[in-house]
Amino acid sequence: MTVPFPQATPGVWTAAAMIAAVVLCSTTGEVLTAAAMKSLGDLDEIRARSGLKGAIRAVLTCPLFFAGVSFLALAFFSLLFALNHLNLSLVAPASASLTLVTNAVAGKFLLKENVDRRRWAAAVFVCVGVYLLAH
Amino acid sequence: MRRHSLTPRQYLILAIVAVCAPLGDTCLSRGMTAVPQISLAQPGALIAAVFTPWIATGIALLIAFFASYLTALSWADLTFVLPATAFGNVIVALLSRFWLHEHISLARWAGILLITLGVGFVAQGPSLTERPAQPAEAEKVGVQ
Repeated sequence: MTVPFPQATPGVWTAAAMIAAVVLCSTTGEVLTAAAMKSLGDLDEIRARSGLKGAIRAVLTCPLFFAGVSFLALAFFSLLFALNHLNLSLVAPASASLTLVTNAVAGKFLLKENVDRRRWAAAVFVCVGVYLLAH
Repeated sequence: MRRHSLTPRQYLILAIVAVCAPLGDTCLSRGMTAVPQISLAQPGALIAAVFTPWIATGIALLIAFFASYLTALSWADLTFVLPATAFGNVIVALLSRFWLHEHISLARWAGILLITLGVGFVAQGPSLTERPAQPAEAEKVGVQ
């Protein structure tokens, strides 16, 4: 059995900075990745036309995809770092909830998605729901 | 119009996105609490942690999540896919209640209800923002 190492709890501002880093990197990465996938078109159709290799090649030759993945990798290591200092029950719901809201804003203003009342309501409901689920 | 409603295969891809993400996060948490505290001055220790069994399993699950997530983003909006992924939290909570027989508080049931309602809201709407067709695309459609 693995015995967890004792962890010193960081202060509120340090914890907030760790979560903010995860949220910012994650939002930037997701917006860039979504823009990359929209620029490529339906992957299922590409796969039907050019096979799995063709679909993988289409993704791997898109510069926006690499920019997105770089930010998602930064978000991943920020998450690992945060999990090393904070509890999962704080980091996972806090970063997931905040990322939903920042992505809804970024989706509307950067990706020009149609974020109607239904989607705003969904973002808020899921955000509060994730918070309640973790407590 | 075909793009605005999802096929069973596309729902399956969204389900893989929803299940793999929380399971992967749980594996990462299990792995990271088992290693000594890492400071910013030791980036090598953070890389070494990637090769421990729990972190490696978590990464494998997150790779499955990412492949499905990219596919979903190619035919649906980001603001449609993201709330759907949060449904994974509900699946994990329900599994812990009915499989592991853990207690779920009233607040958690309220959370499950809110997430389900939120996912229901977006699922009823279109999955992709309608954009005016590009001239070349419009020409192609016209030919067909």
